[in-house]
Amino acid sequence: MKKLLLRNKLAFSGFLIAGFLVLAALLAPWLIPYDPAVQDLPDRLSGPSRHHPFGNDELGRDILSRLLMGARVSMRVGGTVVLLSGVAGVLIGGLAGYVGGKLDTFVTVIVIDSLMAFPGILLAIALVAFLGPSIDHLIFALVIIGWVGYARLARGQVLKIKTLEFVEAARALGASGSRIFFLHVLPSIVQPLLVQASIGMATAVLAEATLSFLGLGIAAPAPSWGAMLNDGRNHLFDAPHMVVFPSVALVLTVLSFNILADAFRDWLDPKSLKS
Amino acid sequence: MLVFTALHVNGLSGLRYTPQSMLAFIVRRIALTLPVAWIVVTLVFGLIHLVPGDPIAQMLGEGASVTEVARLRHELGLDRPVMEQYGAYLVGLYHGNLGVSFRDQQPVASSIRSRYPATIELAVAALAFSLLFSIPAGVISAIQKGRLADRALGLVSLLGVSLPNFALGPLLILLFSIGLGLLPVSGRDGISHLILPALTLGMGIAAMTMRMVRSSMLEEIHQDYVRTARAKGLRERTVLFKHALRNGLLPVITILGLQTGALLAGAFVTETIFSWPGLGRLTIQAINARDYPLVQGCILTITLTYILVNLLTDVMYSVIDPRIRL
Repeated sequence: MKKLLLRNKLAFSGFLIAGFLVLAALLAPWLIPYDPAVQDLPDRLSGPSRHHPFGNDELGRDILSRLLMGARVSMRVGGTVVLLSGVAGVLIGGLAGYVGGKLDTFVTVIVIDSLMAFPGILLAIALVAFLGPSIDHLIFALVIIGWVGYARLARGQVLKIKTLEFVEAARALGASGSRIFFLHVLPSIVQPLLVQASIGMATAVLAEATLSFLGLGIAAPAPSWGAMLNDGRNHLFDAPHMVVFPSVALVLTVLSFNILADAFRDWLDPKSLKS
Repeated sequence: MLVFTALHVNGLSGLRYTPQSMLAFIVRRIALTLPVAWIVVTLVFGLIHLVPGDPIAQMLGEGASVTEVARLRHELGLDRPVMEQYGAYLVGLYHGNLGVSFRDQQPVASSIRSRYPATIELAVAALAFSLLFSIPAGVISAIQKGRLADRALGLVSLLGVSLPNFALGPLLILLFSIGLGLLPVSGRDGISHLILPALTLGMGIAAMTMRMVRSSMLEEIHQDYVRTARAKGLRERTVLFKHALRNGLLPVITILGLQTGALLAGAFVTETIFSWPGLGRLTIQAINARDYPLVQGCILTITLTYILVNLLTDVMYSVIDPRIRL
């Protein structure tokens, strides 16, 4: 992995940006120059300046501070969604693949296919619409649509791995089913899961921003990049910086996690390293 | 009965099937769709029961009187047992009745019917744009692999994939409407109003499809049949577009079917940005007004459209490439 990062400049920059974003999100409360909720109405909609490098929004709040705190929201939602949907997906999909039979049919044909029948984030929009907008409901909705990807991946991988000799050897040595599943099979599928987690992080950050943009995510005045973009939309003529900076932040985040996923994929595929 | 015949067209060695087997495939594919559609209908029916507390009180707001709440509950049939409600919902659905909008008392089906064409128009325009961009760009990228054109297009596609439509839309308005004054900001009135929303909605799909066309073409141009076509002395353009691209587009069709989901979901954001009077905007308006019957109707319509498009894509795919069967 280290070799790959050093050889591939794009992968290295993706790794750097993603690391920077995570750090910025963690340290945001100490990095912000102003309180992100404090309004300065006389200075509303003012463009970038020495005191406010990214300008102010329509209530005179400092956009840089809101972006940094917004990164915290994005990373929190993204991280939680990846973790919860990853664990749920790997357990459900992995077990379905490992046990096989009726459980597998039920999980893949009924549960996964039905959830996949909903286009994109429509199911998340539907769930939040009926549950009511809040960060917990948002995370819940994104996990509901997110675990399916991990489940399909884990099932496919487990189906492949459970027939290999080392699993057979463990069984011959008398290892129990759960021991084989957790200690032998699961560790073997970590690499493809890393690819999926990187893509999942980009997807979750985007989905959070989309729902917040539509008014279905984080409630005001908490800063969210999607909600900031929605506010900025009404001031495209007089304060374009309100749209430009959250857009750049969002694109960099999504781009860096997508690049990371590509790097993990290359890492998985030894052929691409040689070339 | 299947009649197996060796087939060698453009290097594809496959099996030929009779029309009966095609029909059997289509019937089987529809049969597989029906249970999924039924589960979707059931899930959408169940959504209203997710509302924390009393959905009627939520719809009417805090100042509603007890009689008003009881009246609306009765009107919506929510005072009946759940199974009875479910039965009535299915019967209504069968007759094309999706209930009555709580805000304007209009039948949900007629509100959806009036907005549906706008969404389809936008989705078709976005798809057309994405194909017009992605196919030539993917082919150029593949034949210029590693050169400047490939790298530049690769960057465009990476940006296209990473730039969400709610960021792209306002940026396009900034550039084309405010900066250059070329195109209108919002509304639906002729082709000039369609350009920016279609670009916004289609860019992500264009980028994804371009990557697909590129990798698919890279695979095809190294096949034996392409070398044969070149050896026969055919012009490079004929080899690329008549031979390689035809096979290279096969996986793209599947991706396009799946991308319909992204199109329909993206319509929510795009229609909101450009005040496009389609189903996505109607759904968001209904959600904000807590008009639950209308939200249910919109979500059901969009999901069933998606299922239908995927069914059609699979059938189309099997017609184009007869080797594909369940």
